[in-house]
Amino acid sequence: MNNLADENWDVEITASNNLFDLKLKDVWHYRDLLTLLVRRDFVSFYKQTILGPVWFFIQPLFTTIIYTFVFGSLASIPTDGLPQPLFYLAGITAWNYFADCLTKTSTVFTANAGLFGKVYFPRLIVPLSIVVSNLIRFGVQMLLFLVMMIVYWSRGASFHPTAYLLLFPFLLVLMAMLGLGLGMIISAMTTKYRDLSFLITFGIQLMMYLTTVIYPLSVVEGKYPRYAWLVEYNPMTSIIEAFRYGFLGQGTFTMLSLSITTAITIIILLVGIVVFNRVERTFIDTI
Amino acid sequence: MAAVIKVENLSKAYQLGQIGTGTLSRDLERFWAKMRGKEDPFLKIGEINDRSTKGESDIVWGLKDLNFEIEQGAAVGIIGRNGAGKSTLLKILSRVTSPTTGSVKIRGRVASLLEVGTGFHPELSGRENIFLNGAILGMRKAEIKRKFDEMVDFSGVERYIDTPVKRYSSGMYVRLAFAVAAHLESEILIVDEVLAVGDAEFQKKCVSKMGQVSSKEKKTVLFVSHNLSMVQNLCKTGILLNNGSIEFSGTSEKVIDYYRENINFLKPERFILINKTHRQYDHLRTIEFISVEYDDNKVENQFATDESLTVILTVKANKSFENFRIAGSISKMDETCIGVFFSKDNLKINAGETKRIRLTIKNHHIAKGSYYLDFSIGLGNEITGIKDFDIITKTLTFEIIYKEELTKEMYLMWDNNWGAINFQDTEVNFV
Repeated sequence: MNNLADENWDVEITASNNLFDLKLKDVWHYRDLLTLLVRRDFVSFYKQTILGPVWFFIQPLFTTIIYTFVFGSLASIPTDGLPQPLFYLAGITAWNYFADCLTKTSTVFTANAGLFGKVYFPRLIVPLSIVVSNLIRFGVQMLLFLVMMIVYWSRGASFHPTAYLLLFPFLLVLMAMLGLGLGMIISAMTTKYRDLSFLITFGIQLMMYLTTVIYPLSVVEGKYPRYAWLVEYNPMTSIIEAFRYGFLGQGTFTMLSLSITTAITIIILLVGIVVFNRVERTFIDTI
Repeated sequence: MAAVIKVENLSKAYQLGQIGTGTLSRDLERFWAKMRGKEDPFLKIGEINDRSTKGESDIVWGLKDLNFEIEQGAAVGIIGRNGAGKSTLLKILSRVTSPTTGSVKIRGRVASLLEVGTGFHPELSGRENIFLNGAILGMRKAEIKRKFDEMVDFSGVERYIDTPVKRYSSGMYVRLAFAVAAHLESEILIVDEVLAVGDAEFQKKCVSKMGQVSSKEKKTVLFVSHNLSMVQNLCKTGILLNNGSIEFSGTSEKVIDYYRENINFLKPERFILINKTHRQYDHLRTIEFISVEYDDNKVENQFATDESLTVILTVKANKSFENFRIAGSISKMDETCIGVFFSKDNLKINAGETKRIRLTIKNHHIAKGSYYLDFSIGLGNEITGIKDFDIITKTLTFEIIYKEELTKEMYLMWDNNWGAINFQDTEVNFV
């Protein structure tokens, strides 16, 4: 062999790699694995159940009923003049997608240690498959939301979808990126410090109360102007507010807050990628 | 031939002990050293990986400065004791973990089988799992579809292909898993000791498939195993790892011989003074072995299958006994025992006395191959139950190469699958 061909290696395994290198070429090669993992998640979800995919509906439906009762009727928290079930369902649907992406991604390394320890494939495939399979679930729940909208509209409830409805795909991408980024950071940290896995379960619940899922931003700003920033700077708030504004025509939505959210999301995702790439190489030694 | 794998200065450090509260402070320390451009303090104190001696630091080198090349189409066996670094090397080669320093360069697609059935989901059917497992191993969907029938055929579980794999027997599970792995289209195949599963028939099928992959399809195969005879059958060359470095490399026969003699202490000696390397267990040594030797005029320890083995054991007693016995076993070089013997329990010895005992094993009919002897001294036998004073392992070795003692007729061949006994007193008559 001559020297020229000698330098022509397909794979080089070294101690350090480029932290921003996502190995997208590898990911593309393994795209079939992505679809199969999504399929596995979907199929195994309702195997040996009677109701099957109906379970996707039941959870948001009952949550909405309970929220309407507790926060709407008992606590009488205003809902920007929207029908209460619609208001809650909009928040729950969006929040669930983010929360599901986050919780599932945050256990990628610990839950797949057996798999990752035995065979190589681009690790990024697994978080991506989580985001995609949650998309299916989200789609089903969106369907429920749309059906509810039609029901309320036919009854003459007052809400008006606005042109910002077109932002919906963008919002979806933002939520996925945010969940993915945060999840990757936490999953990378939990390989060494298990403490974070305890934090995540109740942390997400607490974070929900700092997001405008069960109350509109306008109420917080009106009642507690000093602490409103806590809710405002939460990136999920402006996403959910924009979501409500687009579909239901109510919500405290500005292009500025959405831009800030976008910037925060991109930073979180980049940090997530760096941390994930760093940990991916040797986590199997410490897990 | 071009090199397809090139390993340069490869090292891997491991941290011993618990990973816990100290981890954060150490991580910060490392980070701080890195920021100032200093050497990683974590790596400075590394020491050679020898698990039997207690070290100073809690960092060890699992692999240290490995350099080798593997050519296309080679079948290479990697052997070594437990903890020698075999699995670490495989993990780095299959990209499951990264080296601490150094690099590996690979040309071509790598399929690594560190385990069969990785990623099988119990709820999914065999069919679905074939696709999932294939994709995890790097196959494209179209590729799996094309080979699907072949895989199912190889596994022999066609009837259950649409049943969830959680209802499979463990044997069926392994069969299906190996079938997927065996049909990978890759230039380099890395196999850990996964073949130690499944029934004998299926194991044979797997071994022949692997042999076919390396010899007929001209693929590069790396095989890690404790089973020396399997390594010898499958691989042309070998690499012997010891304490994380390459101790020896060459043809597989030479590497295996070296391993037996220098790592496993199985030298073809005529006389052996017993020392602590021969004692794996702690016994009271009320009577203990001093030495073992052959009692014949041979120069090399080569015997015929109908030739008696005569050994002289020198033992020393700390207490008087009137009823002790000698026992022993004969094992193949891959550490599978082929049989044991017990003497009569009427041997006498007085306290402080050293005696020489002659032991003859007659009519053994052991087949062609290399073996070693273990001995024990104690009370009781296979009927009454046993109590041992001293056990010595891996002492004298011998080779059976002749079929008959008188004619010195050589064995021309003895297949590995024929076992270790050559029954010769058989009669065949028309009735």
